[in-house]
Amino acid sequence: MVASSLQLRDVGKSFPAPDQPLTYRTVLETISISLEAGELVSLVGPSGCGKSTLLRLIAGLDFPDSGELLVDEEPISGPSAERGLVFQDPNLFPWLTVRRNIEAGLAARGVLQQKRSEVKEFMRLVGLEAFADAYPHHLSGGMAQRVALARALINHPKVLLLDEPLGALDAFTRMRMQDEVLRLWQNRRTTMLLVTHDIDEAIYMSDRIIILTQRPGTIEQIIPIALDRPRDRSSSDFLSLRSEILELLHFAGNRSSQVTA
Amino acid sequence: MLQGQKISRQSQVTVGSVPSDHFRADSAERYALSAQERKHSTSALLTVPVTAALALGIHLFAAKNEPPNESRTYTIVLGSFFAGAIVAAVMQRWWPALQTRMRRFRPLFTVGVLLLCVWEIITSGFRMLPLPYFPSPAGVVQSMINDRGLLFDSTWHSLVLLLSGYLLGVAAGLVTGVCIGWSSPARYWGMPLLKVVGPIPATAWIPLAMVISPSALISAAALIALAVWFPVTMLTASGISNTRASYLDVARTLGANARYLVFRIAIPAALPSIFVGLFMGLGASFLTLVVAESVGVKSGLGWYVSWAQGWAEYGKVYAALVIMAAFFSTIMTLLFRLRDRVLVWQKGMIRW
Ligand SMILES: Nc1ncnc2c1ncn2[C@@H]1O[C@H](COP(=O)(O)OP(=O)(O)OP(=O)(O)O)[C@@H](O)[C@H]1O
Ligand SMILES: [Mg+2]
Repeated sequence: MVASSLQLRDVGKSFPAPDQPLTYRTVLETISISLEAGELVSLVGPSGCGKSTLLRLIAGLDFPDSGELLVDEEPISGPSAERGLVFQDPNLFPWLTVRRNIEAGLAARGVLQQKRSEVKEFMRLVGLEAFADAYPHHLSGGMAQRVALARALINHPKVLLLDEPLGALDAFTRMRMQDEVLRLWQNRRTTMLLVTHDIDEAIYMSDRIIILTQRPGTIEQIIPIALDRPRDRSSSDFLSLRSEILELLHFAGNRSSQVTA
Repeated sequence: MLQGQKISRQSQVTVGSVPSDHFRADSAERYALSAQERKHSTSALLTVPVTAALALGIHLFAAKNEPPNESRTYTIVLGSFFAGAIVAAVMQRWWPALQTRMRRFRPLFTVGVLLLCVWEIITSGFRMLPLPYFPSPAGVVQSMINDRGLLFDSTWHSLVLLLSGYLLGVAAGLVTGVCIGWSSPARYWGMPLLKVVGPIPATAWIPLAMVISPSALISAAALIALAVWFPVTMLTASGISNTRASYLDVARTLGANARYLVFRIAIPAALPSIFVGLFMGLGASFLTLVVAESVGVKSGLGWYVSWAQGWAEYGKVYAALVIMAAFFSTIMTLLFRLRDRVLVWQKGMIRW
């Protein structure tokens, strides 16, 4: 599967303010990002700065007020199975078993018969074979997240948008899933945009880290991560990058709060 | 030493629990009996046979006032119930399924039989209620046996009429409900119509239906369908339009087309609400069936009741009512069964 490049040019988005009628609140402002095909980029920023909103725009579920979004130089006109999105909430379909949730992507595209064999593979990938016939209600939060991940991966999207997909996992499972996602990324060279609150995860996984400011979200800084893969979480380069980014985030938070005050 | 063991076991648990997740299984022990309950149950076992014997005694005593051919059937009924209760009480020791079932139904059966005793005492026992309006249970059972052919026929006609009207109404209601719930133009035009026409009770259309329809049977089926259509449409539409937007968003990022969104996302998500509509529609269909049968249609249980009342044969009236109760509650139970199967995924999410 070939990956896609992704360009965002001066993207802006505002929502109606909930408290005042007829006024709008800017959530994203002049966001310009360019992802090469096969790149893995992380998006970090304070809560409420518009990360999920940005992913929805790229997925084609919402449309920007200004600017343009291009996939392989083509404007995004709506959702497509080529751009997979793992939502912040797992949002599993409660009326389907785990197996059928994972199959949903294939069923929606009408290719379930041909590709049924892959379902098992993805169930094994996220370690849920034993729960194939359980309903989502019986899953823990982390298990539900893993199902959501498998459900998005099974379509082999060219662009994969991940909104804190590993947020509810314990440290061990989380690290294992990070390696699994990296392995998939390396095998398929999918273009990935990963939202995370975990700086270690961002450094461990990505080619570049984009830091957003507080709302309205603008790009604070883009940090390339030049460490060799597989990365060592305890190497001194890793740790110094980590403290540098933490400082930047602290700064980003402070400055925008001064601006809004 | 002890402490060390404890720690090592705990650490094992934490390490082991990372990959192995587990079900929050329903506790099957909930229905198992404790030793004390078992002891109680030995004496409790006798309650149903004892009340049955009591009912039989009261009946034999009260029946002295009545001609024997009027009361013999009820004697047989009570006698076989008594015998059955004894056999069940003995059998349950070797048959656990029967045991749990008996535990569940024992209080209900006991009270039910006691109510029959009271009924018999105030009717044929002391003649506290005027005849022919209040026959004894023996009289009702006798009417049921004597008129069994016509009663069976009436039940059959009611069943056919009810099912044809109900299924027609459900089909129409599902289609209009999905349209109104999914598409905004359909909602714009359909909702006002639904709000104006829907609340009129279907039975209010009877005069009109009598005028325009060629056959009473067809107009009755149409009225039942109308009565069912309204709640089914209303609850289907509201279920569909309340589908969580995020389910639709997920499906769209998975490549779903409109058909998939409607049939595989919106309708399954709306099913709990749709079933509420199906139940409300069923209640409305019973009502409309009985009214339609007693005013226009010349068959069915509703017709039988008013016909028997015309001849002042109240034993037959009650017999028909008993059959009607059994008939309607059987259909209701079947719908519950269907819901439990279809909505099994809700088990544990809601009070089941
Ligand atoms: N549909 C909407 N209508 C109105 N406001 C919205 C809508 N969606 C998002 N917002 C607002 O946009 C802002 C950004 O939301 P978003 O979910 O993108 O934040 P986020 O960066 O993902 O935060 P978090 O890290 O907590 O997930 C929030 O202030 C939110 O209130
Ligand atoms: Mg978010």
